[in-house]
Amino acid sequence: MKSFKQFTLIILFIGLLSIPFFVKKYYVTEKKISIDKESAMKRYGFYFEEVAEKSGVNFSHSAPKLDTKVENIMPIIASMGAGVAVADFDKDGWNDFYLTNSSENSFNSLYRNNQDGSFTDVAKEAGVADLNNVETGVSMGAVWGDFDNDGFEDLLVYKWGKTELFKNNSGKNFTKIENTNFPEWANINSAIWFDYDRDGLLDVVLGGYFREDLNLWNLKDSRIMPESFEYAKNGGRKYVFKNLGSGKFEEVSEKLGIKSNRWSLALGSTDLNDDGFPDLFIANDYGVSELFFNDRGTRFIDVGENSGVGFAPKSGMNASFGDVLNQGKQAIYVSNISEESVLLQGNNLWMPKPNTNGMNLKFENQANNFGVEFAGWSWGTQFGDLNNDGNLDLFVTNGYISAEKATSYWYDYSKITVGNNAIIGDAANWGKIEKKSLAGYQQKKVWLNDGAGKFNDVALSVGVSETFDGRAVAFADLWNRGVLDVIVAHQNAPVLIYKNTVSPENNWISFELEGEKSNKSAIGSSIKVFWNGQVQKQTLDGGIGFCSQNQRRLHFGLGKNAAPERVEIRWSSGKIQIIDAPAVNKVHKIKE
Amino acid sequence: MRANVIELSPIQPKFQVEKIFGIDSRYIMPILITVILLVGQISFGILESYPQTITAILISVIFEIVLSYYTRGTFPHLASAYISGISVGILTRSPEFWTFALCAAIATTSKYVVRVKGRHIWNPSNFAISIMLLIAPFAYSTLSIQWGNNLYAMLVIWTLGSIIIYRLGRFHITFTYVLAFVFFAFIRSFINDQPFLAEIAPLTGPMYQLFIFFMITDPATTVRSSKKVQMFIAFMIAFAEMLLRLSENIHAPYFALFIVGPITNLIDIWWNSRKAKAKPATATN
Repeated sequence: MKSFKQFTLIILFIGLLSIPFFVKKYYVTEKKISIDKESAMKRYGFYFEEVAEKSGVNFSHSAPKLDTKVENIMPIIASMGAGVAVADFDKDGWNDFYLTNSSENSFNSLYRNNQDGSFTDVAKEAGVADLNNVETGVSMGAVWGDFDNDGFEDLLVYKWGKTELFKNNSGKNFTKIENTNFPEWANINSAIWFDYDRDGLLDVVLGGYFREDLNLWNLKDSRIMPESFEYAKNGGRKYVFKNLGSGKFEEVSEKLGIKSNRWSLALGSTDLNDDGFPDLFIANDYGVSELFFNDRGTRFIDVGENSGVGFAPKSGMNASFGDVLNQGKQAIYVSNISEESVLLQGNNLWMPKPNTNGMNLKFENQANNFGVEFAGWSWGTQFGDLNNDGNLDLFVTNGYISAEKATSYWYDYSKITVGNNAIIGDAANWGKIEKKSLAGYQQKKVWLNDGAGKFNDVALSVGVSETFDGRAVAFADLWNRGVLDVIVAHQNAPVLIYKNTVSPENNWISFELEGEKSNKSAIGSSIKVFWNGQVQKQTLDGGIGFCSQNQRRLHFGLGKNAAPERVEIRWSSGKIQIIDAPAVNKVHKIKE
Repeated sequence: MRANVIELSPIQPKFQVEKIFGIDSRYIMPILITVILLVGQISFGILESYPQTITAILISVIFEIVLSYYTRGTFPHLASAYISGISVGILTRSPEFWTFALCAAIATTSKYVVRVKGRHIWNPSNFAISIMLLIAPFAYSTLSIQWGNNLYAMLVIWTLGSIIIYRLGRFHITFTYVLAFVFFAFIRSFINDQPFLAEIAPLTGPMYQLFIFFMITDPATTVRSSKKVQMFIAFMIAFAEMLLRLSENIHAPYFALFIVGPITNLIDIWWNSRKAKAKPATATN
């Protein structure tokens, strides 16, 4: 009897130990196969071809060289740039894009769309190229927004240094606006335009990463790092600049109730609780995310913890919004770090909780259920319908430092990240990284939404195989074909342009908005498209994701033989406009 | 001849008989670990989530009750299962629930399956965590962050933990290990040309607070020989950890205890049974 019990115990034990072998298959979502274009088109309805060089885009990002006091971990500190922002700056009806560089004396690029499949860098003649130097800092990203409502998209370039605003002179060139009241020096890693008080003038939020009193080229000492890996509050402050008109801004963050010194890497704004005013989400490295609900333009209420998104600290590097179930409500996607057996934070997909709304709106992390949890060391992500099937897909870039292959800094990293404030906070205590990689050479994810709550990674199958260290991602219809192409900026590597070919059997519809009472760019306006018993909401962004901004055009895939019954535009002014049965497969230009 | 009789009784851990601060000593460690958990969670939100930690505790306790009834027909004392469950609940870092449940189940079951001469030879939670790291790296990792940045909170835990461990008669193990860790950190720093503070940083993290107070001092899985032997073994765990760290093993402390613990326990069991056999022969001389 005793030996029988012992035998059954051993069987039980072996059974327990074998569970992971059966579970593992559910974690391998990536199709490790590259297939030809024809098969991909048949299977997934789209295919990407990387065409940057072919299109005349030869931009390559380079990192800054900071104070030698932090030489031992220079690649870790200087890996936060590489931005991309899309806009039709010359109003010729074709999307152009701006790329930021980060090394001293490097140039940013403004690629004008030649309307023939190629692009030309016009940044130098336009006056927005030469912005990176030790005296005024180097660029981290940029966002387009018509701050003076003259009909042309102006350019805000945020830097580790002096944030700069350029007025667009009728699409010909740019003039730097002086005396904006922007900080003389701050280590800004994220910025967005939004009109929080609905006065028709675009306001701007700047998110600091390192403390603003640090000049990273001239440090007093090496105590510049976070005080904790997941509970740090010694990062850069947040600024909210209210647009007073005439190129003047007033800093109102404290008045509005936004006080945070967390290490921000991404900002996002949309009307999450459907009260007509844009809310603000902040993805923070080394800590929890923050969510502020807009109280009718008068103040912001910190609802991070109450809403559920601000409780578990991770390493937020991105915030993007997507109505992934076509229910007229947007989820928030935050990218974090996942490395097998080392650090499994998992990315977050914050889905609105049923039966919660208004100021009591709550979210729950459904990344695991939707299959979008583990991607790698994730950075920029965007939602968009890549195959026009009517469901928003998800593009995720990954990879931190790709240096020597077969080397890893993970062990050194794991030592210091558990260290007390007195240790982790001083860069001098961090192990020398030398030529080691850290989460390098990682695949991007192209997660295809099946519309029923599951995403499947098809990156390799649809032609996305490059493993540069991804940072910014922007979606834009670069060749006016009714599809979303993808621009990806990389740290210390070339920018890539994935030209999308989509199966023609799926219908689509796009909208270009021009505000009247709202800001001219219509930033913050949302569109709901109703069709086949479903509704998809998208918001026109003033910057979204890690150092990224998508095209102005809001693009909706519809699926086979589908057409919208109704379109509802909620302008950022609060005005609601209804369009019945608009024509499909065309771009609708709509004025408020 | 009576003078030649060798006393072979192993040192009995004090916790079996003593009351500390008026509390049954068996409840002291569960209380300490609960305090650490609550302070950490309320201050910083250290847990992956309450439900996951509760899952680990419940699974551990349920397995303990079921397996105890099944094998011995008795209701077990639940302190050990509770400590295992809560250790797994704190130390496991995974977005999943099943990893918490499985780790807790393996921890408790190992006590009943992997036994030599009536003793289990691995600390249950150390065994389970090490095994999970080996068989489920795709979904499992361990606590690898600092809880906040409050040096005083850390000092309170260290002081409280040290006092309790001292009263339980296990402080010499913790103290030896910490000294050895610092010594080997210096050696590693010298060999790898890395900052000394980087090498010593892990010791300031919460994972080590649990490791040095709960795992390496576990009376059920430490040798029952003299204090000197126990101190030597703590030193050997730190030495094994250094070797693993030199090969850049991220989970070095778990695997060091995983390797050294059972080897020394097996030697201890063999040595004691050899002496026990020798005792009657000696006594009759």
